[in-house]
Amino acid sequence: MAVADTPAEAGAPKAAIFNDPKVRGAVIQIVLIGLIVFLIWGMVSNAATNLARQGIASGFGFLNVTAGFGINISPFVDYAETSSYGRVYFVGLQNTLIISIAGIFLATVIGFVVGVARLSNNWVISKLAYVYVEVMRNVPLLLWIFIWYFSVLRLLPDKANPMNLGPLGLLNIAGYYAPKPIWGEGAIWIGAALIVAIVASLVLSSWAKRRQLATGEQFPVFWTAVGMIVVLPLIAYFASGMPLSFEMPTASRFGPRGGMRVYPEFLGLLVALSTYTASYIAEIVRAGILAISHGQTEASHALGLRSGPTLRLVVIPQAMRVIIPPMTNQYLNLTKNSSLAVAIAYPDLVSVFAGTTLNQTGQAVEVLLMTMLTYLALSLITSLFMNWFNAKMALVER
Amino acid sequence: MTKKILSAALGLTVAGLLASGASAATLDDVKAKGFVQCGVSQGLPGFSNPDAQGNWTGIDVDLCKAVAAAVFGDASKVKFTPLSAKERFTALQSGEVDVLSRNTTWTMGRDTSLGLNFAGVNYYDGQGFMVRKSLGVKSALELSGASVCTNTGTTTELNVADYFRANKMEYEIVAFEKADEVVSAYDAGRCDVYTTDQSGLYAQRLKLTNPDEHVVLPEIISKEPLGPVVRQGDDQWFNIVKWTHFAMINAEELGVSKANAEEMKGSDNPEIKRLLGVEGEFGAAIGLSNDWAYQIVSQVGNYAEVFNANVGPDTPLAIARGTNALWSAGGLQYAPPIR
Amino acid sequence: MSQSNTPRTSFVRTEMVGAEPAPASEVGVVGWMRHHLFSSIPNTILTIFAIYLVWVIVPPLLDFALFSAVWSGENREACTTLVQGGVQLDGWAGACWPYIGDYISQFIYGRYPFDQIWRVNLVFFLFVVGLVPILIPSVPYKRENAIYLFGAFPVLAFILLSGGNIDLNGFLLPDSVMAPGFAKFIVDFLILTAVFCLIGYGVARGTDSPPMPMMRGIAMGFAILLVVILLFGADFGLETVETEQWGGLLVTLVIAVTGITASLPIGIVLALGRRSQMPAVRLFSVIFIEFWRGVPLITVLFMSSVMLPLFLPEGVTFDKLLRALIGVALFSAAYMAEVVRGGIQALPKGQYEGAMALGLSYWQMMQFIILPQALKLVIPGIVNSFIALFKDTTLVLIIGLFDFLGMIQSSYSDSTWASPVQSLTGYLFAALVYWLFCFSMSRYSLFMEKRLDTSRR
Repeated sequence: MAVADTPAEAGAPKAAIFNDPKVRGAVIQIVLIGLIVFLIWGMVSNAATNLARQGIASGFGFLNVTAGFGINISPFVDYAETSSYGRVYFVGLQNTLIISIAGIFLATVIGFVVGVARLSNNWVISKLAYVYVEVMRNVPLLLWIFIWYFSVLRLLPDKANPMNLGPLGLLNIAGYYAPKPIWGEGAIWIGAALIVAIVASLVLSSWAKRRQLATGEQFPVFWTAVGMIVVLPLIAYFASGMPLSFEMPTASRFGPRGGMRVYPEFLGLLVALSTYTASYIAEIVRAGILAISHGQTEASHALGLRSGPTLRLVVIPQAMRVIIPPMTNQYLNLTKNSSLAVAIAYPDLVSVFAGTTLNQTGQAVEVLLMTMLTYLALSLITSLFMNWFNAKMALVER
Repeated sequence: MTKKILSAALGLTVAGLLASGASAATLDDVKAKGFVQCGVSQGLPGFSNPDAQGNWTGIDVDLCKAVAAAVFGDASKVKFTPLSAKERFTALQSGEVDVLSRNTTWTMGRDTSLGLNFAGVNYYDGQGFMVRKSLGVKSALELSGASVCTNTGTTTELNVADYFRANKMEYEIVAFEKADEVVSAYDAGRCDVYTTDQSGLYAQRLKLTNPDEHVVLPEIISKEPLGPVVRQGDDQWFNIVKWTHFAMINAEELGVSKANAEEMKGSDNPEIKRLLGVEGEFGAAIGLSNDWAYQIVSQVGNYAEVFNANVGPDTPLAIARGTNALWSAGGLQYAPPIR
Repeated sequence: MSQSNTPRTSFVRTEMVGAEPAPASEVGVVGWMRHHLFSSIPNTILTIFAIYLVWVIVPPLLDFALFSAVWSGENREACTTLVQGGVQLDGWAGACWPYIGDYISQFIYGRYPFDQIWRVNLVFFLFVVGLVPILIPSVPYKRENAIYLFGAFPVLAFILLSGGNIDLNGFLLPDSVMAPGFAKFIVDFLILTAVFCLIGYGVARGTDSPPMPMMRGIAMGFAILLVVILLFGADFGLETVETEQWGGLLVTLVIAVTGITASLPIGIVLALGRRSQMPAVRLFSVIFIEFWRGVPLITVLFMSSVMLPLFLPEGVTFDKLLRALIGVALFSAAYMAEVVRGGIQALPKGQYEGAMALGLSYWQMMQFIILPQALKLVIPGIVNSFIALFKDTTLVLIIGLFDFLGMIQSSYSDSTWASPVQSLTGYLFAALVYWLFCFSMSRYSLFMEKRLDTSRR
């Protein structure tokens, strides 16, 4: 308190103790902790009695029990009906990660394009971008998912008559069937050549940067790199005797067989998630660009840069600092929103684990706890990564 | 601090207010509140389906109405709670509903480990397959490589996995959260096969664009006895629901129907007399009035009437009695006698 | 201008020539198009591409929604082709608006009893009456308005919608001490009041402040609470309507409005907690906020529908809608806390120092100085949270509540209107309604943002 400087303060000890902010703070905190502990204890004991009364098992033993149901999409994790519930969890996690990463990538691309388009001098383009943003973000995502999934489904040709895309494979209501590459003997050289090309490009770009800083001379890094990445594997391909062939999907009674398949549930969800999130990212990008003072653009024009390079080299690098924090939120939102997959049969974590597994085992507490903690961990990892990226992009203050 | 305490008190009070006593005697609770709370599906034609005015109809709905008729002598004293497959058992366990009549399959696991009791089987069902006629499939064994639409959280998903594995056939499962979405996806052509309980297939077929283009395959791959469920540990209520169902079957067997229930009271047949409460004190034994079965039959009807009105040959579902015929007609519906 | 001070040089013009009109290519429609559409070759390509996009999307959409649409009919025949058993020519595809017309009351009221719909309409009316003046900044009596909207209206709405007439059976004493009933409720309530008054007395004595004001405050609070509960318990002759019968837009609005109203106070407390000096309080707030923000809403709804019943003592049940509401309120409270924190942090430190210099206590400072300014700053943020919540309410259909979208989906199961265009029509209608709501709210948020912006400059 303010009167603490007077040492002779033994007059009213009772009042002093209660009025001391430290004591009061401690009391409030102890009360709060007590309340929380009491609440948690109450919930746990209630849950324990209820579970015992209903004869529902508890604990994580169910993770080793055979699941017994099928899952259609599992590109990386081996899964069969005989697999355990624990494996179901990993299948779900894998599918959540795939849709999130693909969605984040696509949403960023669309978002940047639309955000820049909104600031375009071209009236049609900027109005189109405006309409896109206002239409996308003012309709619930779940409705978008239904619209995309069920209307995309209705538009595609049926299973018996897939649309033939020639060398690109087949397209029908059950998905897109791309040719599947079959790697023959010696195919490893193609991969090796690709890696060499990528490493060489990286080295080249750092060398070119150093040279430009030192002498001001530019080097066409981009085209050289593209050339290397295309040409080197091609040379390896012919040199090793053309070991690559493609398995083309073929039509059969129940739709095409063979090839690599992209499922319509995945496509529908991906399009809905990325176009919806892109409308938010577009606004973030626009705000970020507008936050850069107009003087920067004018100065860069005065230096003789055209509007393309001005945007690429002057405005966007500065705007990134404003853009990244809200963008992180959108990435997190997209990851969390991917859980709406449950509505259209894409087997993500919520669908196969918090849905089917929960139903079959009845162990709601364990299953939901695991699911929520997984999403928390994903959020945390994304945040950490974006924080690191933000620190890297931040203005280096001298 | 005052504010916090107040809000805590409010929370406590609200919790207290909403506490509805799901104590041991369900019958007393039901009588006290004046209606039966019945858990039904979220919309399955023929079993429990709301119309545009929000009135519920179906076999499962009629069973609840019959329970209300037995308890109150008034079949309209019943309220319906639509439940998803996921939450149905929780709703019953926690006392949110008094009886769950939601085309629920009687399995050993559910009967023994969920704290529930199945009070009978009001529809003998089995899982079947529906395909497009244009595919030219005659048997489920020709379905290798097909994609199968179904909904999650039911025994269906497990049965179909077992069936295809047992017959060494490949398949692709597409599992949706809600039945409506399964129908939409199947109708759009996403899947070759739609699988669920056979009665459900007939019911859902009505929702398709062109019902005539689809055919239900003859194979039945599982036993699905569907029936009403009550909480374990309340034998009186269990008996009421069980005997409500039996009374409807006995009424059909004895030829007592909605139309002739009144005149049948004067029948000389002692079995009919016992059923309609003219003789004996059977109602009192389960805590009801003696004319409980009379109220059921006169207000809701006997089993045949309920079946024919909701799913029978003259309804859009057009399901034959089949295994649901009386035992005397070669079916499985059999009720112990009232005596 | 007089002649005397101009030199007599007649060849010099005495007045300026009027400006030539700009070349035709620079003004008017053509000039505008040159500048905004065809200023360069890439720009021209972009323009053509954009026009092509519009051409691909808009005419088919208009055709489906308007030109080829069916506007009247009795059943599916009107909206199906000859092959499907209807009257339309083969290859026809258009919206089926009579189906929406047939179902519109279900989409708005759900399965609310038809003869009771006036109650819902009355609630909508009371809501609009309270809401519109509070949204317009120039209308006076904001305080009274807020009391009506956040105090009186919820009570009225609850009684009107559910029918009130709740059984008051008591909640404190075990049944063995006193039989459940209205008398027990009153006794229980009086005991609770007495206990809290005693606590207040003890606290007041402990802090050496006069006990009367505090006790009077507590007693007042409980008296208001009692009146509200008695109102809930009173029989107004309204038929009871279970929440199972609520649906459509009604449920969407109930969830969104209750969610935002409940999340605001919780959010404020959490935001203050997060900036508190007390480590335990701060830690609790941070964990609470970050937990709810880190998980998807759908898992929260699963939790409230499947897990919450397990946490309650035996025999206590929560209504299904109430369970969802609790989940939604906690979830949005975490987001609201961050919005409010933004407002609190945006205030200059001088405000805190000034308040402390005046000798205000923490709560006084927050109540009179900080929160009024901070909340005003975050009005656009609150509106944006409300838009997000409004859109998120659609998720409750996954746990089996029939909100607006859920009701539309469930209408697909009626064979009267079954046709290939039915679902598309339904989704189109849903999208239109959601868009109208959300777009107008976002316009309002922008308007407030601009208004607040100027007032601070």
